[in-house]
Amino acid sequence: MAEPLLPARPALWLVLGEWRAQPLRVAAAVFAIAVGVALGFAVHLVNQAALASFAGAVHSVAGSADLQIEARTPQGFAESLYPRIAHVPGVAVASPVVEVAATSGQIRRPGSGGTASGRLTLIGLDPFRAVAVTPALVGVRPGRDGAAIDGVYFSAAALAATGARVGGPVTLAAGGRVWETRVAGRLAGVGRAVAVTDIATAQWRLGQLGRLQRLDVRLAQGADPAEVTARLRALLPDDADIATPAGEEARSDSLSRAYRVNLGMLAMVALLTGGFLVFSVQSLAVARRRPQFALLRVLGLRQGALARLVVGEGLALGIAGSILGLGFGYGLAAAAIDLVGGDLGGGYFGGARPVLAVTPGAGLAFAGLGIGVAVIASLLPGREAARARPAVALKSGADGDAGARPRAWPGLALLAAGGLAALAPPIAGLPIAGYAAMALLLAGGVAVMPALARVLLAPWQAMRAPVPVELALRRLWGAPRGAAVALCGIVASTSLMVAMAVMVASFRGSVDDWLGQVLPSDVYLHLEGVETAGLDPAAQARLAATPGVARIRFQRSIAIRLAADRPDVQLSAQPVGATGPVQLPRVGASATPPPGEVPVWVSEAMVWLYDARPGTRLTLPLGGRKVPVFVAGVWRDYARQFGAIAMADEDFTRLTGDATRSDAAVDVAPGADPRRIAAALTARLPPALAGQALVARPAEMRAVALQLFDRSFAITYALEIVSILIGLVGVAATFSGQTLARAREFGMLRHIGVTRGQVLAMLASEGALLGLVGGIAGISLGLVMAQVLIHVVNPQSFHWTMDVSLPWGLLAGLFAALVVAAAGTAVIAGRRALSADAVRAVRDDW
Amino acid sequence: MTGARPASNPAAVPALEIADLAKSVPGRQLFAGLTLAVQPGEVVAIMGESGVGKSTLLNIVAGLDTPDAGRIRIGGSDLAGLDDDGRTRLRRRAIGFVFQAFHILPHLSLVRNVALPLALGGGDGQAEAAAMLARVGLGGREAARPAELSGGELQRVAIARALVHRPSLILADEPTGNLDHETADRILALLIGESRDHGAAAIIVTHSERAAAQCDRVLRLGAGGLAPANG
Ligand SMILES: Nc1ncnc2c1ncn2[C@@H]1O[C@H](COP(=O)(O)OP(=O)(O)OP(=O)(O)O)[C@@H](O)[C@H]1O
Ligand SMILES: [Mg+2]
Repeated sequence: MAEPLLPARPALWLVLGEWRAQPLRVAAAVFAIAVGVALGFAVHLVNQAALASFAGAVHSVAGSADLQIEARTPQGFAESLYPRIAHVPGVAVASPVVEVAATSGQIRRPGSGGTASGRLTLIGLDPFRAVAVTPALVGVRPGRDGAAIDGVYFSAAALAATGARVGGPVTLAAGGRVWETRVAGRLAGVGRAVAVTDIATAQWRLGQLGRLQRLDVRLAQGADPAEVTARLRALLPDDADIATPAGEEARSDSLSRAYRVNLGMLAMVALLTGGFLVFSVQSLAVARRRPQFALLRVLGLRQGALARLVVGEGLALGIAGSILGLGFGYGLAAAAIDLVGGDLGGGYFGGARPVLAVTPGAGLAFAGLGIGVAVIASLLPGREAARARPAVALKSGADGDAGARPRAWPGLALLAAGGLAALAPPIAGLPIAGYAAMALLLAGGVAVMPALARVLLAPWQAMRAPVPVELALRRLWGAPRGAAVALCGIVASTSLMVAMAVMVASFRGSVDDWLGQVLPSDVYLHLEGVETAGLDPAAQARLAATPGVARIRFQRSIAIRLAADRPDVQLSAQPVGATGPVQLPRVGASATPPPGEVPVWVSEAMVWLYDARPGTRLTLPLGGRKVPVFVAGVWRDYARQFGAIAMADEDFTRLTGDATRSDAAVDVAPGADPRRIAAALTARLPPALAGQALVARPAEMRAVALQLFDRSFAITYALEIVSILIGLVGVAATFSGQTLARAREFGMLRHIGVTRGQVLAMLASEGALLGLVGGIAGISLGLVMAQVLIHVVNPQSFHWTMDVSLPWGLLAGLFAALVVAAAGTAVIAGRRALSADAVRAVRDDW
Repeated sequence: MTGARPASNPAAVPALEIADLAKSVPGRQLFAGLTLAVQPGEVVAIMGESGVGKSTLLNIVAGLDTPDAGRIRIGGSDLAGLDDDGRTRLRRRAIGFVFQAFHILPHLSLVRNVALPLALGGGDGQAEAAAMLARVGLGGREAARPAELSGGELQRVAIARALVHRPSLILADEPTGNLDHETADRILALLIGESRDHGAAAIIVTHSERAAAQCDRVLRLGAGGLAPANG
């Protein structure tokens, strides 16, 4: 007779019996797994949906182009390139494109609500070429055949952004000009806010005569892409570059990759916490059922089968939790897309509205993760159960725990490994090692708990305390393993919570400081959609002469592309003083440029992404040439994750030939009212630019920036609340389980004259002591893990550093809540154990 | 001594054979040179001071503890030649256990508690368990929970569980220690009667002379091993 690995029937009886007897704890474990799976699955679903909609948008604009020749600056390249490219052997069609940022009406600040932001991209096409490469962009006027573009065609998103209607009038502003026209029709199948018109019209209306931003190229059949690319490259001027669809995808992927990976990791961390909770629940369940398991061994259950029984329980918990989690996750993803959009608050996918699509593979993968975590968390308790000596365990009351001296070295080794992992460089541009370090620190921290609990409890041993406290101390001291198991869940969730809270607080504090540093003036003026033409010197002089303006500093920002597979970098012209840019918060060392070289100051991200350390040189595509510049210093920038470069005003004008400016920082004269000055400045703007101007005072900008910050951390806050919940549920479950299992002990205490109140006081002390020890350990561990988040994970993901600031109030509140929750749940569970039900419990053998 | 002593059949394999068994615990020798043979259907009582090693002896026989020296054969198979899994299988097949503290799983109905030894072997066992419950006087209470039973009733359940898989050896460690005299007498009679009916050998550890008197043979455990108890 083939013997089953685990006799199914009794296994089922036992598991169901246990679940009936301990529903709260089972529910806590299932919930913990479900939350982890749900978060991971939701983040994945939203990311997939957002990426798909983003890729769709890119695709409809790029069409079937095999490659694109793109301008490296918004000024574009000379259109004389077009005929030369079109005649390169292997090129089937080249479609010239003008593409500029445009506005319609008065623009609104991002985040101010509504879809009518007033922003869109205006594209000019040669319809006869474009129809072969980017057919989606060629609007066809209803009732007319042929591919001529007559008027301006709007995508649905563009109609929403401008509030215009098909057939109705629309005013577009771009390149310093205003163009009154009509919406000729609607572009189907284009996700972004795009308006398309004929290329000649666009060049004329937008002041782009002789310039192109892009050439969409389709290769001839059978042409070797590499060969053609090489031929094209030889023809390219310095201000153009070749982009392939793959590079384009990499660029759009890297836009949000770090953010997505971080969210995913946070979800995994929640799952890990769930794993610790399952471990805690399973360990307690095994300890409590030691005599039952011993009986089964006596009756003929093999060691291996017993271990499999416990692991099977974990498997069942994992399956239940994962199924629930997938359901929650889908709901969460749908809600998240509704509430914060496809970027989960990160601000990476402007406008596009993603559609959720579930791939069975991903569902299975996340369910597998949840199940795997639950099973792994049950392995140790399973081994523990199998190893117990049945003869010893059957002697009633044996704890199996007494006298075991906890070892500290495995935990210390894990902590040390975590410390080492924190020093490792990023892998594939992601802080994989940093997260491994967090996981190792967490595991190490939990593993040293038994030893640490002794160390932390030792000072109390000498203390003379009332009987209940004394009893509580003795029990915790005498059963370090039991205490450690209870602590494990507390420490895991507390430390993760603290790590995240400290990181977010540090980040927010640093951003706040930074805003104070970069916004020293009284009024700020910003023009949008003026990448090719902003405030000319005459307009600048007129603004400077506004009464009440003590000083005005003009700036210019343009996007330039340094690498085809990386997002654009922002280049800004800044007022520069003797020690560098006057308005930028500098960090780290600086270098003095050799005479004759152009100094630039780069943001921290430039150092990470382009290795632009002080003293090194960069090559920038400026004014149609490749211009070598000298990195003179580094500044902190929380606004542009993919890099920003500042250069002196005069250098910018000289190198680009562009004397116009897009921003102004205004210091008002003493006694003048900034509000009045703001209005006066707006009134003095050239009429063509008035609609594109945002005027704000630093307080408003700071408020908006912090609001955006909080929005982008909304998911993090939500995750934090969830981990607090998991932690507290874990504490409650652990205590109620342990307390109920001790009904006999309480009965005995009552019999020897301990009052009911004293038993409850003993339980409260035990709970409070555990909360205290767990709180101290969890907060300490969390502070260490926060350093990894702050100094490793964030710089490696987002390429910026921050100063540590501790949310003392939050930490103190958390600590107090933990102690109170631990003591409270212990007492509540104790009341139950002492109630009438307990009479029966005492009579039970177990 | 009362009860019919089974006819000694020298050709039959003894249900249990112990030879030269020795066991010490830290600091002290419990017993050495212990030898015993129990025939099928024979019921042996073992008495002795508290702490002398009676429970330890039963545990060793059941393969739950290891001796320092000596040999144990149950129904012809040598315990020493078996690993833990082998001993466990042997226990499941050939041994029935009754404890002083009943040890009935609280979350399972009576019939499932009794069916456990068969279910652990991969079978169903509920029909046999129901029949066994009826034999120990608990017919019709299959679905009851252990919490609804008295101590004496619980020990009946334990006896049913010890016999349901028709083991060749019953080991009972103070099965009546938690019961009043009258209940104890009835339970013991049940245990002895059922063992004999099933043709199983039984070792009953007890402190009670009354209980021992119902067995075929009474032995006293001491440092030198087992010796017949006289009066
Ligand atoms: N795990 C152990 N470690 C050390 N000594 C043990 C262990 N288990 C039992 N002993 C010792 O072995 C001796 C015999 O124990 P055992 O339980 O077999 O006694 P017993 O004869 O059944 O006593 P009682 O009649 O009180 O049940 C005792 O002195 C006990 O101290
Ligand atoms: Mg004993």
